[in-house]
Amino acid sequence: MNVSRESGSAAAVPPAEQPTPGLRQRLTELRGPGVRPRALDARALAALAANPGCRRRALLDGAGVDKAALAQALGSPAAYGRSQFAIVRGNAFEARVKADGGAELMRLLRERLRPGAAGPQEAAGDAETAVPDLSAAGPEGRAARTALALRAATEAGGWSLLDHPLLAVEVAGSPAYVEPDAVVVHPDGGWTVVEIKSFPMIDGAADAAKVGAAARQAAVYVLALERVARQVAARTGREVRVRDRVLLVCPKDFSNLPTAAAVDIRRQLSATRRQLARLTRVEEIAAALPPGTTFDLRLADDGTTATRPAGELATAVAAVDADYAPECLAACELAFHCRGRSREDGAVAALGRGLRGELGGLRTIGEVLAAAAGPPGPPAQGSAPCGGYPDSPDSPDDPAVTALRRAAALRAEALAGAAPVAGRRPEEPGCH
Amino acid sequence: MSLIETLARMEAVAAGRARPLTTVRHRHLSERPLVLVPLTTSGEAGAPLGALVGTDREKPLLLAVPQPRDRDLRFAFLAELAEAVLPYLDGFADGIEWEERQETDPETGKKVPVQVELCADAPQLIVPSTPGVGYVRLLGRSMRFRRTAEQDPQAPYPAPPQVPLLGRWFTHVGERARVPGASLLLPMTGLLTRHWATGQSMLEDQHLGALLVWIDPPPGTSGRAAAEYAESARDADGQLRCPPAGPATDPAFDNRLLAPAMARYDAGLPGAEDGVRDLVESLLRPTWDAVWHGIDLLRALPAGAHVADRWKRDRWSYTAHRDRVRAGEPPQPRRDDAVTAARKLSARESAQAQLDAQEALDDPLVMAGRRLAGAAFQGTVTAVEPAFSEGRRPMPRPLVTLRTADRPQLSEGGKLYRSLADGKTQTAEFAGFAPDEPDAPVVRLTGGMGRGREPAPGSVPEPDDTVCWTLFEHAPRGGPALPDPQDTPWTHGGPPPDPAAESPDPVTAEDLL
Repeated sequence: MNVSRESGSAAAVPPAEQPTPGLRQRLTELRGPGVRPRALDARALAALAANPGCRRRALLDGAGVDKAALAQALGSPAAYGRSQFAIVRGNAFEARVKADGGAELMRLLRERLRPGAAGPQEAAGDAETAVPDLSAAGPEGRAARTALALRAATEAGGWSLLDHPLLAVEVAGSPAYVEPDAVVVHPDGGWTVVEIKSFPMIDGAADAAKVGAAARQAAVYVLALERVARQVAARTGREVRVRDRVLLVCPKDFSNLPTAAAVDIRRQLSATRRQLARLTRVEEIAAALPPGTTFDLRLADDGTTATRPAGELATAVAAVDADYAPECLAACELAFHCRGRSREDGAVAALGRGLRGELGGLRTIGEVLAAAAGPPGPPAQGSAPCGGYPDSPDSPDDPAVTALRRAAALRAEALAGAAPVAGRRPEEPGCH
Repeated sequence: MSLIETLARMEAVAAGRARPLTTVRHRHLSERPLVLVPLTTSGEAGAPLGALVGTDREKPLLLAVPQPRDRDLRFAFLAELAEAVLPYLDGFADGIEWEERQETDPETGKKVPVQVELCADAPQLIVPSTPGVGYVRLLGRSMRFRRTAEQDPQAPYPAPPQVPLLGRWFTHVGERARVPGASLLLPMTGLLTRHWATGQSMLEDQHLGALLVWIDPPPGTSGRAAAEYAESARDADGQLRCPPAGPATDPAFDNRLLAPAMARYDAGLPGAEDGVRDLVESLLRPTWDAVWHGIDLLRALPAGAHVADRWKRDRWSYTAHRDRVRAGEPPQPRRDDAVTAARKLSARESAQAQLDAQEALDDPLVMAGRRLAGAAFQGTVTAVEPAFSEGRRPMPRPLVTLRTADRPQLSEGGKLYRSLADGKTQTAEFAGFAPDEPDAPVVRLTGGMGRGREPAPGSVPEPDDTVCWTLFEHAPRGGPALPDPQDTPWTHGGPPPDPAAESPDPVTAEDLL
């Protein structure tokens, strides 16, 4: 049984395309012979959706290249990993929440997400919660098993808790599998994604950045579920609604007791949907590569040491454009490498994505400084420490250039201590 | 980020070292700050791993928890921390001076001057980074509801009396840190990024080690190379050469060094506790030194003129909390009531407006940013024309014409402000541009000239003077007063419950989380 075949029969649903044999072949070449593709998780997908303009990330993720190993071989290893303390704690907390057939989880869910008019809350509250077995061989098998279980649970019309279901989602033309912590099927046919996180909710409030990251991940799960929901609706004739309020379960205060909150993810959902749709298709990116390009590390027999020269790998990576911004540092294993390149090129985005807005057509730091150093206005000695930039190619009528020159003149004037309200001139930093 | 700051960052890239963003220091720096470098256990809220704390840069006190998942050890850590920090916090409580303040007399309802105590100085806590400020707040929350054996003989884990007290102080300084410009609790990264622009992004500036080497690169290296080294260089064991400033640890440290050391402690091997302590110290010490290095860099800057003024507000805040503790008031509630929350927000808004104005007045480089944004302009006086207001008693309203290259966003009749030599503010309004001269605004002075028929000497600028007018107020005031919390209307939840009713956090069954 195969998800894509099943979905192919439901005419209204766009099929989850398996890559064409040609593309599959090409992606295998990119990874290198005999290298297993790396699965994309929701975290990586959310990060990919946050930077849809990055063709490099889309291609490497689409081909299932191990970016961490690639970064290591390029000499710019990623800075992040996970602490075993955090993993142990996270697993212990999740097990506690799901213990006893998910009784505690279901209690929190009913408490936080009132099922509304359609759900016979009181009657269903006491009803048994079914916990179907989802084990199967291989990701395709597990995804198919999940789709079957969702269909069966929706048809049965009771409460069901799916523990670690596997969902297929199409990313830039290649399939990826994501695994939510749990999905609950309501008696009214609604489906709710459950996210179990080990950061605390203290006095009812959790770290906003962490909640945001969890919401973006949940949006990926909801998108993946929506595909299955369309299939199930077509098969069963029942209305299936994937709820856009997900349940976030966290430890309460400083304890190990779970507490939960409903998180509205409509904004993340529409953003992720739009961004994933914007991703250039992997085929197109792969077709634009010079023939013979591959990211194969040619691992030695120990399975970890790359024998391919870093220079060759760098050339291969450079064949596909990146869209580096400092936000990548927290989301992509290759960020240090891309940052190095971006800094070499003097790209203004290396200082922050927001900068480009006020700099008009100026793309590099050299161009900006050259534009700022030009006339008119008082000579800006203090502001162009290296001096000697070639004259700006931009016309001085460019509003960005005019503003830059004014900024440079004002800054130089203030630093020279010319203004009447000036205090003492500071010492040069760090020269003492 | 303003265009001037963007430009400063690019200058820093070209120069290979940070460039100044200010010409003076805009935050108070205590003579004797308390530096606190905390570390937390990954994945556990409120499970500290260790800390370096103290006022003497040569002799920090090391506190370490050999097994953070053991509640007794965690509580022992907090008790030690309280013993180390409370004497410092209390040390400023008794040095007082008298201040006159207007208070409403409860009987007559009139405002009468009263003499009140104001602490002559206040404590200042410095942590390495912004997450450190959040961690102080978290520790405050975890401690302030703890019960002592005296309060509740049945409490399962009675706390020594100083622990809930430290929790209240940490909560207070943590809340105060949310007020713009306040300096009771400051992150070193925030202090440095306010005063210098590096050649990297704001996100990367959150790494204290990388930020410091941009400002003060080692001889012969560029800031960029030194910062990249600080961020990612690892030794043969896979450990970062410049450990993160915390409170989070590096996963490689947790997995390769800390976990085995804790396992040895759990197995009861001799010397295992010292092993964990040494590890924790090795991670904390570079950050401790970095914070002091940052303090040195900041001390080299002269303080801005209004810094003492803002520090006085911090002293008021400290004095007020000292009084609440002395009066035996209960700890701060878990959630603010509607009136307190509104009051805090409004205080933060007016503090932000005040900070923006004062920084610009103290520092021509900050003022340059406001001038670029069209919120201020500076020019040379070209003509002064005496004029008078209409009415029974004509007052001087001289018209001053300037020549300026700035492009202020002026509108007819808009208010303008200028700071006079004696620190007072002169008000004026924009009276239009001189005929046919779009860079020659005419300003009508409306105040600051005394009460006489003739303006007080020196209060009217003369031709060829350079003057700087701002479109923003110099001492912005907050909004209207709010009702007493006990008079909260029902639309906003009604009067808050008794704060003493806050219960301690329940104790879970597991000793090891």
